[in-house]
Amino acid sequence: MENLKTIEKKHQSEFVISKKRFRLSEFIIEKVIFLSSFFAILGVILIFVFIFREALPVFTSPEVKKEASLNLFFSTVTWQPISDDPRYGLIAIIFGTFKVVVVALFFAIPISVGAAMYTSEFAPLKLKEFIKPIVEILAGIPSVVLGFFALMVMASFFHSIFHSTMRLNAFNAGVALSFAIIPVIYSIAEDALNSVPRSLKEASLALGANRWQTAFRVSLSVAMPGVLAGIILGLGRAVGETMIVLMASGNASMLSANIFDSVRTMSATIAAELGEVVHGSAHYNVLFFIGASLFIFTLIINSLAQLVVGRLQRKLAGKI
Amino acid sequence: MKKLITVIGILSLSFTVMLSVFAAKTITIKGSDTLLILGQRWAEVYMNQNPGVVIQVTGGGSGVGIAALINGSTDICEASRSIKSSEIDKLKERFNTTGVEILVARDGLAVYLNEENKVSELTLEQLKGIYTGKITNWKELGGVDAKIVLYGRENSSGTYVYFKENVLMGADFASQTQTLPGTGAIVNAISRDRYGIGYGGAAYAKGVKYCKVKKDAQTPGYEPTLENVKNGKYPISRYLYWYLRNKPTGEIKKLVDFVLSEQGQQIVSKVGYFPVK
Amino acid sequence: MKLRLNFFGSFFTGLTLLATLIIFAILIVIIGNIVLQGHKIISWDFITKAPREGMTAGGIFPAIFGTVALVILMIIAVLPVGVMTAIYLHEYAKSESALTKTIRFAVNNLAGVPSIVFGLFGLGFFIQFVGAGMDNFFGLEVVWGQPCLMWAALTLALLNLPVVVVASEEALRAVPSEIREASFALGATKWQTIRRVVLPQALPGVLTGAILSISRGAGEVAPIMFTGAAYFLPYLPHKPTDQFMELGYHVYVMATQSPDVEATKPILYGTVLVLLILTLLLNFIAIFIRSKVRRQMRQGV
Repeated sequence: MENLKTIEKKHQSEFVISKKRFRLSEFIIEKVIFLSSFFAILGVILIFVFIFREALPVFTSPEVKKEASLNLFFSTVTWQPISDDPRYGLIAIIFGTFKVVVVALFFAIPISVGAAMYTSEFAPLKLKEFIKPIVEILAGIPSVVLGFFALMVMASFFHSIFHSTMRLNAFNAGVALSFAIIPVIYSIAEDALNSVPRSLKEASLALGANRWQTAFRVSLSVAMPGVLAGIILGLGRAVGETMIVLMASGNASMLSANIFDSVRTMSATIAAELGEVVHGSAHYNVLFFIGASLFIFTLIINSLAQLVVGRLQRKLAGKI
Repeated sequence: MKKLITVIGILSLSFTVMLSVFAAKTITIKGSDTLLILGQRWAEVYMNQNPGVVIQVTGGGSGVGIAALINGSTDICEASRSIKSSEIDKLKERFNTTGVEILVARDGLAVYLNEENKVSELTLEQLKGIYTGKITNWKELGGVDAKIVLYGRENSSGTYVYFKENVLMGADFASQTQTLPGTGAIVNAISRDRYGIGYGGAAYAKGVKYCKVKKDAQTPGYEPTLENVKNGKYPISRYLYWYLRNKPTGEIKKLVDFVLSEQGQQIVSKVGYFPVK
Repeated sequence: MKLRLNFFGSFFTGLTLLATLIIFAILIVIIGNIVLQGHKIISWDFITKAPREGMTAGGIFPAIFGTVALVILMIIAVLPVGVMTAIYLHEYAKSESALTKTIRFAVNNLAGVPSIVFGLFGLGFFIQFVGAGMDNFFGLEVVWGQPCLMWAALTLALLNLPVVVVASEEALRAVPSEIREASFALGATKWQTIRRVVLPQALPGVLTGAILSISRGAGEVAPIMFTGAAYFLPYLPHKPTDQFMELGYHVYVMATQSPDVEATKPILYGTVLVLLILTLLLNFIAIFIRSKVRRQMRQGV
C-alpha cells in the first residue's frame, strides 16, 4: 500500500507538469483548427467579392455602361462582343442555357428517380449493393470525357436518326448533360426514399396495399421533398456545367425554340471568351457579370434545396 | 503511414528544388490558333538546334495572344490579324511602347466545303450573303435544296476578325453560325456535314475541299495555293504576324531571325502556309 | 380489378427497372466506346514519352506529369484545411451555434458553385490580385501574376474543399463516442484524444475524401483553363510558377482544335482512356474503402 502511494505521488507531479506542457500546444492547435475552419467561409466570401468586383463596372462605370449595361443586356438579342459596335445581348445566351437544362432534366429526372425507386423499393438486397456503386462510377466520369463522347459519337448518332440541320445542338448537349446530373439526383432521391421509416411501409402493406402501391403512393410521397431537393441540385449542376456544353452544343448564339438548333450557354460563353479579353475591358466585365449571375443562381438553388431537405427531415421526425 | 507521408513530402520538395536549379531561359509564344502548328514547328526545330533554350507555345486565338502581350504574360504574340489601334493604346498604357510587328508568313484564308457539295465556287458577295444569313439555302447557289449550315470561329480568333472585316465588310455574323474553337474543329465538322460551310487557315484541309473564291461574278475562282496568293489572284489572303512589346534582343532576336530565315520560311511552306516574300 | 391493378403495378415497377438498366447501358456504351477506340494506342511508350509532330505521334507523359503535379499541390492545400474544418465541426463546435451553421452553409454552397465560376475566381483573385500583388511587392516583372501550377492547384483546392470536409466529417462521425469517452476517462486531453485515438480510426474515411477529391481534381478542366493549363510545353513544370500540360485540358484542346482530327484521333482516344482509367480507378478505391468502413460501422466494430 505505502509503496503504491509513494509511486502515485512521484508520478502525480510528473503528470501535472506534462499536463501543463500539453496545455500550451493544445491551445495553439485548437486555435489553428478553429481558424482553418474559416477557410470555407472565407472562400465563399472571396468568390463573392472578387467576382462581383470585376462585374461591378457594368453597373457603375459610365464608359462600360455605354457598351454594356443591364438595359442593353436585355434590349438586344445579338451577342457580338467583338465588333466596332459591340453588343452584349444576353437573351439568346440565357435562353440557350435554359434549353439545354430543360432537355437534360427531361431525360435525367425519370431515369434517376425511377432507378432510385427501383433500388430502394424493389431491388433484391444483393442487387442493391451493386447498383449504387455503379451509379457512382457514372458520377466519376469527368465532364470533359462526357463532352468528348457527345462531340465524337453522340452527335453523329443523333444526326443520323433525327437528320437535324445542325449536328451539334441543344439536344445533343442536353442528353450528355443528363448523364452528368443523373448521379446527383439519384443519390439524393435514393437517400430520401431509404429514410422513409419502415413502419410507414409496413403499415401500408398491412392495410392491404401491395408493393408497388406502397412504393409509389406512400414512400414516394413521403420522400418527395428529398427527391425534389435532388432535382433542384441537379438543376443547379446542369446550369453551371461547362465542358459538356462547350464541346457539344455548337455555341451559336441563336434564339430559337427548336431543340435541334445550336445554342450558346452562359457557362460556355465565359469559357470560350475569357482567354482573349483584356483585363479591365467592358467585355471582361460582362463575362464576370455572367459568372456572377451563375454564382447567385446556384447559391439560390442550393439554399432552396437545403430548405426542402430541412422540411423532409422535420416531416420524417413527425414535426410536420 | 505518417513516416511514409513525410518521406514522400521531403522527396518531392527536394526534387522540385533540384529541378528549379536547372531552369533555362524560357521564351513564351501565345496566340493565334492558325499559327499554332507553325509556332510549334519553329519552336521544335529551333530548340533542337539550340539546346538550353526553351520555347513554350500556346494557342487560344489572336485575341488571347494580344491580351497576353498587353497583360505581360507572353514574350511573343502570334496573330492572324493585325493589332487594333485600341489594343496598341492599351499596350502603350501598360508598357509605354507601341509594340513591334513582324510579318512571318502569308495565308490564304480558305473556305471549306464538304467534298460531296455540288457547289465549288463562290464570289465574295455570295460569301458575305451566306455568312450574314441572307442566303440560307444551297439551291440559291446552284446546289441541292438544303439549308446551309454555318460554321465559324470564336470571336477570340484573328481568323474570325479578318473574315468579318474583309468578307463581311464589318457586318455581323448570322446568329446561327456555330462557333468552334479551332480551324481543326471546323474542318472536322464539315467533313461530317454535307451542307456545311466554314472558313479557316489554309493549312488544314483534309476530308473537305477548298471552295474556289471569286472576286466577283466575272473573274474565275481560285483556290488558295502559293501561286494564287503570291500573285494576288486569290482574293482573301492575309499576312500572319508576330507581335512583340519591344525590339527583339538576345535570344528572342535569334529566334526571330531564324523564323525569317530560309530555313524558317521552308517550315512555313511545309506546314502549308506561304512564305512572306 | 385486382388483376388490372397488378398489371399496372408490374408495369410501373418494370419501368423503374428499365430506368436502372438505362443507367447501366449508358455507362457500358461510354466506357466501351472509349476502351475500344483507345486501347490500341496505350503502350509503355505512350505513357512515358512526350508528344511529337503536332500531337500526331509520341506519348502524353507531360500531361500525366502535369496532372499529377497539379493534384499533389492541391492535396497539400486542401487536405489539412478540410480535415481541420471537419474536426472543428464535429469535435469542438457547439452543434447549433451561428458559427457552425455559417460554416456548414459555406461548405454546402461551395459544393454547388459551377466549375467555371471557380475558373473566374482563380483568374480574378489568385492571378490578378494575389499574384499581381506579389509581383508588385517583390518588384518582379510578371512571375506570380500569370497562370501557373500554384494558382490552378489552389483554385482546385477550394473547389474540392467540400468533398474533403464532408467525407472527413462522416469518418469522424463513424468513430463511436464510447471510444472518445474512454480516452477522456483515462485522462487524455481533447486534442490528445483526437490525434491519437479518433483520427487513426477515421483515417480510412478521410482517405476516401482525399481520393475522391484527387479524382475530381484530375478531371475538372474549366477551373484550370485560365489558371495554368497549356497545350504544348516542351518541358515539364518544375516550379510552382510554371504552366503545365494536363490530361483533361489536353483532351479538350485536341478534340476541338487539332488541325488534323483523323490523325490525332488515336492519341485523343488514348488520352481520354488514360484519364478515364485514372479517375475511375481512384473512384473505385475510394468507394471500396468507404464501403468497407460503412460495413464495419454497421457491424458495430
